[in-house]
Amino acid sequence: MQPTPTTPSTEPASKPGPKPAAIPGLAHLKAAGPLIALILLCIAGAFLNPDFATVDNLMNVLTRTAFIGIIAVGMTFVIVSGGIDLSVGSMAALIAGAMIVAMNALVAGANPPGPVGIVAAGIALALVFGAAFGTAHGLLITRGRIEPFIVTLGTLGIFRAMLTWLSDGGALTLDFNLAETYSPVYYQNLLGVPVPVWVFALVAIAGTVILNRTAYGQHVQAIGSSEQVARYAAIRVDRAKVLTYLLLGVCVAIATILYVPRLGSATPTTGILWELEAIAAVVVGGTSLRGGAGRIMGTVVGAILLSVIGNILNLTSIISVHLNPAVQGVVIIVVAYLQRGRR
Amino acid sequence: MSLSIRFNHIIKEFGPVRVLHGVDFALEPGRVVGLLGENGAGKSTLMKILAGYERPTGGQLVVDGVERQFADARDAEALGIALIHQEFNLAEHLTVAQNIFLGHEKKRGWLLDRRAMAREAAACLEQVGLAVDPDIRVSELIVAEKQLVEIAKALSRNARVLIMDEPTASLSPGETKKLFELMARLKRQGVTIVYISHKLDEMEAHTDEVVVMRDGKFVTRANTADVDRHQMANLMVGRDVSDMFQPKAPPAPDAPVLLRVQGLRVPGWIEDLGFEVRAGEVLGFAGLVGAGRTEAFEAIIGLRARSRGSIEIAGQALDIRSPRDAMRHGLTYLSEDRKGKGLHLDLGLRENLTMMTLERDARPWLDLKGGSQALERAIADFGIRLRDPGCAARSLSGGNQQKLALAKYLRPDPRVIVLDEPTRGVDVGAKRDIYALIHRLAAEGRAVVVISSELIELIGLSHRVAVLHGGRLQAVLDADQLTEENLIAHATDTHHTKH
Repeated sequence: MQPTPTTPSTEPASKPGPKPAAIPGLAHLKAAGPLIALILLCIAGAFLNPDFATVDNLMNVLTRTAFIGIIAVGMTFVIVSGGIDLSVGSMAALIAGAMIVAMNALVAGANPPGPVGIVAAGIALALVFGAAFGTAHGLLITRGRIEPFIVTLGTLGIFRAMLTWLSDGGALTLDFNLAETYSPVYYQNLLGVPVPVWVFALVAIAGTVILNRTAYGQHVQAIGSSEQVARYAAIRVDRAKVLTYLLLGVCVAIATILYVPRLGSATPTTGILWELEAIAAVVVGGTSLRGGAGRIMGTVVGAILLSVIGNILNLTSIISVHLNPAVQGVVIIVVAYLQRGRR
Repeated sequence: MSLSIRFNHIIKEFGPVRVLHGVDFALEPGRVVGLLGENGAGKSTLMKILAGYERPTGGQLVVDGVERQFADARDAEALGIALIHQEFNLAEHLTVAQNIFLGHEKKRGWLLDRRAMAREAAACLEQVGLAVDPDIRVSELIVAEKQLVEIAKALSRNARVLIMDEPTASLSPGETKKLFELMARLKRQGVTIVYISHKLDEMEAHTDEVVVMRDGKFVTRANTADVDRHQMANLMVGRDVSDMFQPKAPPAPDAPVLLRVQGLRVPGWIEDLGFEVRAGEVLGFAGLVGAGRTEAFEAIIGLRARSRGSIEIAGQALDIRSPRDAMRHGLTYLSEDRKGKGLHLDLGLRENLTMMTLERDARPWLDLKGGSQALERAIADFGIRLRDPGCAARSLSGGNQQKLALAKYLRPDPRVIVLDEPTRGVDVGAKRDIYALIHRLAAEGRAVVVISSELIELIGLSHRVAVLHGGRLQAVLDADQLTEENLIAHATDTHHTKH
């Protein structure tokens, strides 16, 4: 009347699994792997070019890392829950374009508010767009029951095309006076550290606390580990999944808010391959693409590691800078290879 | 040509766990042998060894006087030994003929010889008495027909020993009758049939001999003519049933109804189901596989669509849309699928234990220390045996995993707890612990629902047993009506009351 169990019938205290937790040192070593790689890379960089180990260069690298790093923090939530978002680069480009168009329109309108008010409105708009896009992804994936890969592959195309259409294939440029007002958001230092790096640090800390210290973060990990089990355990699976995409959308918006004042423009190539860099940072940081477990700090190290590689390529002439994405591609595949059978 | 089989001190270990402790017996050719034993007695493992799906850790398998070591099921099949699985091994999208010849396709040159295969498939189907077109897809067949296709497939490969694991579990009485006629016919042709079932009446009527296994050992064998089903049951359990179960304290006469379900309809599964469970009561749910017991409760906790029906918990009518709603109103359901639905095997014990109460206990940050203390208490209270509290749930044995799952689903402190196959795949010791826990839960004034396919368990635990057949409630039997015959008769819809 019921399947006879294949489970053994005698009851030992516990089976020593094929992968015992007996070597805790090894687990720590694996967790610290990206950090060790980063340190070794920095030492190598210092030897290859004396300009590498300077405070200026360090701040430069961290500022450049901030965009991808902030997106990668949000991406960690999505990947830990078992999802993926391929659209982040296009989404950043569209949000940048929409911000610029909206802010320019406010300047040109009757009774324009002051430039600070306009920039604040632009920032608010970016956050609303990011949250709305993320929520749309989440709803299509949960309510619509479409694979995240397909949903975000579709929006990757849609967002990019919308921007190209908005900019008519060229560049959308922020009004000169506004750019002046807005530029400190990217260029200003606070206590010697650029604003984007501060924001990156705050986002990373918030992400760590949410993922590891709240019920929601545990639910995200549980869903990635087994959605079925989570559903039976009275977890609101759909809600939690929508929230991960919403968080990522907000992270993309924050990254875009920091990115726009840098060049003051958006073009059809803005944010190209950011999805590759963000996913690479998450994977290099030790989060499995199968979901279930991940560490924000690993992602932060992964993002810095990738941009240090780019920085060293810039400062030295080992290989062409144009091959930077190829190097990232190789790194992501090598790390995935090293992570095989980790679970 | 018939095959004789001898098991020579067969030992099987999974890791450090010994499942078969030196099994010795022989199967004489051309007989129908009933293999009896409780879940976990080792019947299936032994049969998987015979059919080449598992390799013994020690001992010899002797076929027609020659010691054999099968590398895989194909080796066993080549000698004429075939196992008909409970879950069929058929490719749903292929046709009946394609399935019968899967891996043994007939060819002319490089091309498939479809005509020859269709012809032979038709002959095999006729032999098992199945009148379907060999060119229709298996997905279009009903369960009983699929089973016949499996048997036809085995016969097409000249099976001389046919092992059938619970073949009648999902068949109607008419289909069951036909299957036994086929078994008798095959026996006359010299085929040895090993028949595994929990249905003792079928054992009594259709086997020549019964072999009893218990706790991974051969216990005894007897000609079916010499034992009745009560003796069979005693041989299977091997101990007084009263040993496993404590006496049932009836719920107080004025105990309130904690769960009342009326007119429940679950499309495709359940029609008009109504029942109630009182505080301190254990209500059993009996029925065959596919009777809709699991589906009914999944619908009650909001995991499946209900198209009709009302649910009251402690007198309050509720619209439960999710397991979370159910939990908040004091109802939890532990699935029969421990590994797929009950526990996160890759997560730690604390994470699993506290999974349902994270939000309740967070303030607003997770209470990790409280969780660890709760784990310590659960390990003591539920008798979970482990080496390292920091290990993943995967590394616990089946019984200890089940205790952890019970602790997890009891942590929200439900007033009504539904346990689906709570002792599936656990050993006798853990079983006794779980039975004691169920008695305790009832004594604490909770309402307990136990869904089980083990009749002895239902009879030993329940104050009343509801029997489902084909999605309909057949009967609710009181304690004094609880016999295996009665339960089986209702579950198979062969019970005819005199009034």
